[in-house]
Amino acid sequence: MPLLEIDSLAVDYRTSRGAVHALDDVSFSLHKGETLGLAGESGSGKSTLGLSIMRLVPYPGVIVKGQIKIDETDILKLPESEMRSIRAVKVAYIFQDPMTSLNPVKKIGAHFVELIRTHEPRTSEKEAVERAKNVLKNLGLLSERINDYPHQFSGGMRQRIMIGLAIALNPDLVIADEPTTALDVIVQAKTLDLLEDLRKIYGMALIFISHDLSIILERCDKIIVMYAGHMVEYATSPDLHKAPKHPYTQGLLQSIPNIELSDQKLSAIPGSPPNMVNPPKGCPFWPRCPYAMEICPVKVPPLIVSGQNHLVRCFLYGE
Amino acid sequence: MANKVFMLSEIVKVENLKKYFPVQKSFLEQLLTRKMSYVKAVDDVTFSINKREIFTLAGESGCGKTTTGRLVVRLLKPTSGQIYFRDQDISKLEGERLRLLRRKMQIVFQDPYASLNPRMTVGDAVGHPLEIHGVAKGEEKEKIVLDVFDQVGLTPPEQFLNLYPHQLSGGQRQRAALARSIILKPELIVADEPVSMIDVSLRTTIIDLMLNFRKELGLTYLFITHDLAVAKYISDRIAIMYLGKIIEMGSKERLFLSPTHPYTQALLSAIPVPEPKRERKMIDLKGEVPSAINIPPGCRFHPRCPDKKSECAIKEPQLMETEKDHFVACHSN
Repeated sequence: MPLLEIDSLAVDYRTSRGAVHALDDVSFSLHKGETLGLAGESGSGKSTLGLSIMRLVPYPGVIVKGQIKIDETDILKLPESEMRSIRAVKVAYIFQDPMTSLNPVKKIGAHFVELIRTHEPRTSEKEAVERAKNVLKNLGLLSERINDYPHQFSGGMRQRIMIGLAIALNPDLVIADEPTTALDVIVQAKTLDLLEDLRKIYGMALIFISHDLSIILERCDKIIVMYAGHMVEYATSPDLHKAPKHPYTQGLLQSIPNIELSDQKLSAIPGSPPNMVNPPKGCPFWPRCPYAMEICPVKVPPLIVSGQNHLVRCFLYGE
Repeated sequence: MANKVFMLSEIVKVENLKKYFPVQKSFLEQLLTRKMSYVKAVDDVTFSINKREIFTLAGESGCGKTTTGRLVVRLLKPTSGQIYFRDQDISKLEGERLRLLRRKMQIVFQDPYASLNPRMTVGDAVGHPLEIHGVAKGEEKEKIVLDVFDQVGLTPPEQFLNLYPHQLSGGQRQRAALARSIILKPELIVADEPVSMIDVSLRTTIIDLMLNFRKELGLTYLFITHDLAVAKYISDRIAIMYLGKIIEMGSKERLFLSPTHPYTQALLSAIPVPEPKRERKMIDLKGEVPSAINIPPGCRFHPRCPDKKSECAIKEPQLMETEKDHFVACHSN
């Protein structure tokens, strides 16, 4: 039984210039303890997908179609009041910028106490403080620092605190949205190691959202590549690395510099990502695709199975 | 022989360059103490750039790479030290003579959204330097602008002339910024993180464009980046900075093949590599980069260094040529 099951999800942003289809026909499932990477460029819909799972798509975004099942419950049918028993308890979210997600006038300890006591009202204040101290220790921070304010921590430490808040209630799934994009490489690597260690200890599943395909390849079991609101490819990390199928994935892999290679030849994907207010008809990638055929501007290709555990949305594959 | 003379032609030379920014104190603190404190953003940096070379300053945020770049094009005035452009000491230039120098050196910034005036059409913005420097105006200016648009791949150029920045994509905006930087036919371009805000699929086109300009226009670049993978792809030589100082400098081949300074080693070991489930051997550094106001005594890296010795806390190591064209500032070498 999968922990998370998403079926033909579609999200629109209803803007004054018409509906923007931020997500279209997204389906996948995730089992307990798995790590899934969502890769894509800005505007590809990866954050919208993450926020949909929390039912936190910002205005004017609307989930127009589909199902999101967590432990067999379709959360799109739940009343808002019951979502509180899902958010932070079953699914937690780590945002990119820790400075704007922490309250600057509250001590770090207060963040933890509020979180724990909101969801577990029978926990005493003292008990909550003890638990917070424990989490800080797991994060590699001194437990006395519970009395410090967010600005007294460095960027890397603040992001570790965000991770701590996400795991404090021991959720089944953590969604990390570009958690290390604002950090320098050394701090980034340390933060990702910490996230991986804690994930293993607590046995959580992880959805990792990033524009950086290197990190996703290195750290995730499975990968979804997003383009203009569509899932264009779904594969295990080794398969995607060895045999990428979608022309966009192929192009993306050829444009990432690898420091372990010398005399690497990078090539670019021609053109630019589509304007989502007025996307191309048919497959959104066809204007940039080296293999575009007559059918591509006419019809959106279906997501088809091509090989074991490998899905691709492209007319080059299938019959 | 001719080749050797060319290799030796330095276009930029920086010697013992320092830039200290005074820290603003509260009124009470000003009464209580006379002592000023400073952010030592650039603290004794020496390097040179050869003609047609791509020289990269790399390091983490706060290491002083951007400040160094801004000093080189004299957007900032150095606290001390010399900057030579060709044979001229430009470190104290002011007024009209500084303005004339600007024709020869240009800068491209990280954020193409912020570096183009939203109320100016792209054509006007790119052509503006021609008017400022009295090179061309009117129809003649427009013709040059169209040519430059063509060079940076904003085609067909006529279509872009009257567009405003918000009508362009991020990649197109950075192309426009590049167009503006080359329109006066400068000799040196300081490129400060020119691709870090651009989508991955478009980065290569911008980088290739810059590499082409070097070939076609004979440009020299001071490239500034935090991304060592990009640095490795584009540069000839790289200098790694830490807390305002260069700690290792050399050809990219030598630097990436066998980094010598413990900080460079740690930095390289932390870079993600696009391969699945790699067992990385990351060198663990203690703590984080200290504040540039209170720089540790001795070697500024010693509190975090895995190989520190007793002298490291006392004596500051100088940047020494440990082998031909490779420089390291570390007591262990």
